Amino acid sequence: MTQRTPLYEAHRAAGAKIVDFAGWEMPIHYGSQIEEHHLVRRAAGMFDVSHMLAIDLTGCDAQAWLRRLVANDVAKLTLPGKALYSCLLKEDGGVIDDLIIYYFTPTQYRIVVNAGTAQKDLAWMQARAENFNISLTPRRDLAMIAVQGPQARERFWQAFPESRAASEPLVVFQAVAWNNWLIARTGYTGEDGFEISVPATHAISVWQKLLDAGVKPAGLGARDTLRLEAGMNLYGQDMDEGQNPLVSGLTSTLDFKEANRDFIGKSALAGRRAQGNLREFLGLVLLDRGVLRAHQQVFCPQGQGETTSGSFAPTLNQSIAFARLPAGVKPGDEVQVEIRDKRLKAKVVKPPFARHGKPLV
Amino acid sequence: MTNPADLKYTATHEWARRETDGSVTIGITHHAQEALGDIVFLELPEAGRVVKAGEECAVVESVKAASDIYAPVGGAVIARNDAAVDAPESVNQDAYAAWLFKLKPSNAAEFDALLDAAAYAKVEAEH
Repeated sequence: MTQRTPLYEAHRAAGAKIVDFAGWEMPIHYGSQIEEHHLVRRAAGMFDVSHMLAIDLTGCDAQAWLRRLVANDVAKLTLPGKALYSCLLKEDGGVIDDLIIYYFTPTQYRIVVNAGTAQKDLAWMQARAENFNISLTPRRDLAMIAVQGPQARERFWQAFPESRAASEPLVVFQAVAWNNWLIARTGYTGEDGFEISVPATHAISVWQKLLDAGVKPAGLGARDTLRLEAGMNLYGQDMDEGQNPLVSGLTSTLDFKEANRDFIGKSALAGRRAQGNLREFLGLVLLDRGVLRAHQQVFCPQGQGETTSGSFAPTLNQSIAFARLPAGVKPGDEVQVEIRDKRLKAKVVKPPFARHGKPLV
Repeated sequence: MTNPADLKYTATHEWARRETDGSVTIGITHHAQEALGDIVFLELPEAGRVVKAGEECAVVESVKAASDIYAPVGGAVIARNDAAVDAPESVNQDAYAAWLFKLKPSNAAEFDALLDAAAYAKVEAEH
C-alpha cells in the first residue's frame, strides 16, 4: 500500500511523473529534472517533503534522553529554534537514520526523520524511552514544503508577507514557530531557503500561493542531484546500519567531547577510531565520458573502493560520486572506476562539489 | 506524439529506418526518451562491429538510469551519430531526428519482421 501526501493532486495537476519512493507516491520530476535542478541553483524551486516524519518530543527529560539517543550533542543548542544534524546509531555504531533536531526549550524539541525509516526510528525511540520522562508525538497531520534557491526566501515572503518579520532574522539552521507553522532556514540542496511545516489542511493553499509567487515545483530527482553536488549524504545509500559514520563522511557529526556523555554507539565508534586504518569517504569527478552510479568499483593504488551515490551533476556538467575508498587515498589522486567492464579515469575530491550556485571542484 | 508510420519498431523501444542504399538507421522512440528523462550520455558501437539481432550494442544514460539498446536487426555497424554523442539532449528534443547508429543488415527479412507503427502503439500502451 503506497501512501500519498496532501499535495499528490497538485503534483498530478502540474504534470509530475510519479514514482514509488519509500512507499510514497512522489513526483520524480515535472518534465525535466535538469531544468528543475538549475532552477534551484539559480532562482527558486519547491519540493514536497511531506513524506518525511516530524516527531515532537516533550518532557522534563527531553534533553537528557536526546544526549543518550543521538551521536551529536543537543546540549550545544542554546539559541531557540536552532537545529542540529545527527545520526541515530545502533550500539555497534551502524546508522539507523540521520535526522534533524530542532531545539525550542530543554523540554521541547522536534525531530525530523526520513520517510523510509520513520516507523523503525519511532519504534527504536519508544523502546529507549523507559525511565525517561518524555513523550513522543508523530505528526502525520503536517505537510512539509522545502522552498530552495537564491531567491527562495524573497519569493516566500512575497507569498506570505506577514511571515517576514518572524522569519527574516533566522540564521542558517534555525527555525521559528509562526502561527501554527514552523519556518526553518534549512534544506537539502546547498542553497538558501526555508523548509516549512504546515497543517496538512493548509498544504494545497500554501503550495498554490508559492506557485503564484513564481516558485516552480521540483521533483525528488533534482533533489537528489542537488544534495549530491552539495555533499550531503543520503540515508540507505551513503550510510546504513552496516556502514558507520566514521567511514561515511560523518565524523564531524559525532560529538565525543564530553567524556561522561554516553551516547548509543559511542564505545563501538571510539574503539574503531582508535584502531585507525579507516576507509576514506570522498568525492569523485569522472574525467572520461560516462555516468557514475552507486556501487561501481573504484581502483586505487591502495586497493579497491566503491561508489555509494553517483549521478550526472548538472551544475558541473560532469559526472560525480561519493565513494568509500581505501585508507590513504587523498583529494587530488587519480583513480579508475569500472563501468560496464571499462576502467574510466576519475579525480578524487573533497565534497561538496557545488553550493550557492557555483561549482567548487 | 504519434510515431512516424514510415519507421519500424521493436518491443524494446528502438526505431529502425531502411535507407535507399539498404542500410538501416537506428534510434530510440519518443516513448523511450520520455521514460528515461533527461539524457546525458550515449555509448554507441564502433563502426565495423558486427552485431546479432537483439544484441546489446549501445547504452543510453539519463540522469536517473542507464538503459541498454538492442540491435533491431543483425549486421555490421557502418556509422554512429557523433553529433548526438556530443549533445545527448538532442535525443530528448527529437528522438526520431537524433539517430544513434547505422547498420548494414545481414538479413533483410529481419527488418521486415519488425513492428509497424500500429503494432508499436500497442506495446507503448502496455508500458
